[in-house]
Amino acid sequence: MITSDPTASQTAGAIILHVNGEKHALTVDHRTTLLDALRERLDLTGTKKGCDHGQCGACTLLVDGRRSLSCLQLAVAAEGREITTIEGVAGQGADEGELHPVQQAFLEFDGFQCGYCTPGQICSAIAVIEEHAAGWPSAATGDVHPGAPPEPLTPEEIRERMSGNLCRCGAYTSIVRAVAHAAEAGAVRDARDEEAAA
Amino acid sequence: MKEFSYRRATDVEGAVALLDADPGARFLGGGTNLVDLMKAGVESPERLVDIRELPLDGIEVTGDGGLRIGATVTNSDLAAHPEVRRRYAALSQAVLAGASGQLRNMATVGGNLLQRTRCGYFTDISSPCNKREPGSGCPAVEGEHRNAAILGASGHCVAVHPSDMGVALAAFDAVVSYRTQEGEGELALADFYLPVGDTPHRETALPPGALITAVTLPPAPVRSRYRKVRERASYAFAIGSVAAALDVRDGVVQDVRLAYGAVASRPWRARAAEAALLGAPAAAASFAAAADAELAAAVPLADNAYKVTLLRNLTIAVLTELQQEGTAR
Repeated sequence: MITSDPTASQTAGAIILHVNGEKHALTVDHRTTLLDALRERLDLTGTKKGCDHGQCGACTLLVDGRRSLSCLQLAVAAEGREITTIEGVAGQGADEGELHPVQQAFLEFDGFQCGYCTPGQICSAIAVIEEHAAGWPSAATGDVHPGAPPEPLTPEEIRERMSGNLCRCGAYTSIVRAVAHAAEAGAVRDARDEEAAA
Repeated sequence: MKEFSYRRATDVEGAVALLDADPGARFLGGGTNLVDLMKAGVESPERLVDIRELPLDGIEVTGDGGLRIGATVTNSDLAAHPEVRRRYAALSQAVLAGASGQLRNMATVGGNLLQRTRCGYFTDISSPCNKREPGSGCPAVEGEHRNAAILGASGHCVAVHPSDMGVALAAFDAVVSYRTQEGEGELALADFYLPVGDTPHRETALPPGALITAVTLPPAPVRSRYRKVRERASYAFAIGSVAAALDVRDGVVQDVRLAYGAVASRPWRARAAEAALLGAPAAAASFAAAADAELAAAVPLADNAYKVTLLRNLTIAVLTELQQEGTAR
């Protein structure tokens, strides 16, 4: 049954990747990671290759809105998912050229030195702020009970939630400040929007 | 990496049929361990069957007040689920103590149970390793074994299972459901992992070609906790961990669940400690005696005897915290 299926033995195939709102058709060897497909085939080199083993976080991007590692994901398995890379987080259309608040905060607070881990740090931080706002606990959260009062995004929470992103330069102090600032600015913005809507 | 074919399954029966119990084929879940092992040459499947789109991503409360967790639920969704946090806090804490936010978004419950050891000799294909290449030897016994097993190991393999989630599942008496071409089956987590003996390459009792479909938890004591010790504050594998649940009435232990991580080839249910605790006063002396009862069976190597002390102290600390938490409420 399996052997009569012509696709059963194919080791490459045509796929369509949805990246930053655009569709890209390409043929990939199944061994190609999403990271390599983005960098080497689609010329989206913002996503960085650090360890290539899921240990450093440099290749972090968003898949269906959730932060993921592109080095441990096969491109063929990413077909049908909405992929957002660092190239796609800034404003588009009418907001063209406007940086994402997390990007802006990294600039304002010097959340980097050499910058190599920065795209991964920023993609991760965008998701960290959303995960925290959605009420997801972390290993730094004292009480995981759903009835416990929500804990603020303290520096300790940020350090724990961002622990999958290593920075060889050691810019952590500024990264934590940048993430805290972006989260706070976002919360203020949300409150303002809610007030305006009311 | 060797070339391989790729198919995406959309239903459980189809996934099992596609795999066809072929020893050269693997199910692909989040891929966080499998893809890495393929890069390292430890795994070289000829075919991958992607199971991420199977309808196994739900968590439901069961009729008896337990939980049924689908096999493709991500580690993130498991840890964040309100019923997990309410009824099985140690499970949420264990998952959150493992890996990173990115990896937890990708990794699945089934894959977490089936992940392989991080023993450096296993992942280095230039080294002998009885688990990777049966009969080739175990360099860890005489070599680098600071994080090796102290319980249930053999001279053939001293690797530890790396899962945090599995430790909490062991404490909570999880049952693993699976599907093969022959039909459905179940394995208690206690029987899921095979003893090491002289066959460390045979890790689970799952029949060939089986797909894990769910993990079911019976009701458990409401107070539970997971504590993990590692060499840095976050994002590292455990060098020792404890999952515990405790029910105390009138100062006496009514019910207790205890499991250890990073001490054996599988999540280690501490049954001797539990037996010592049942009916005993809920006090530090009982907790210490219970840990000693469990760790009497420990056989440390030259460089990992620290784990015996670590697990003893962790046991006392976690049970004391649970006891105090109960008194405070």
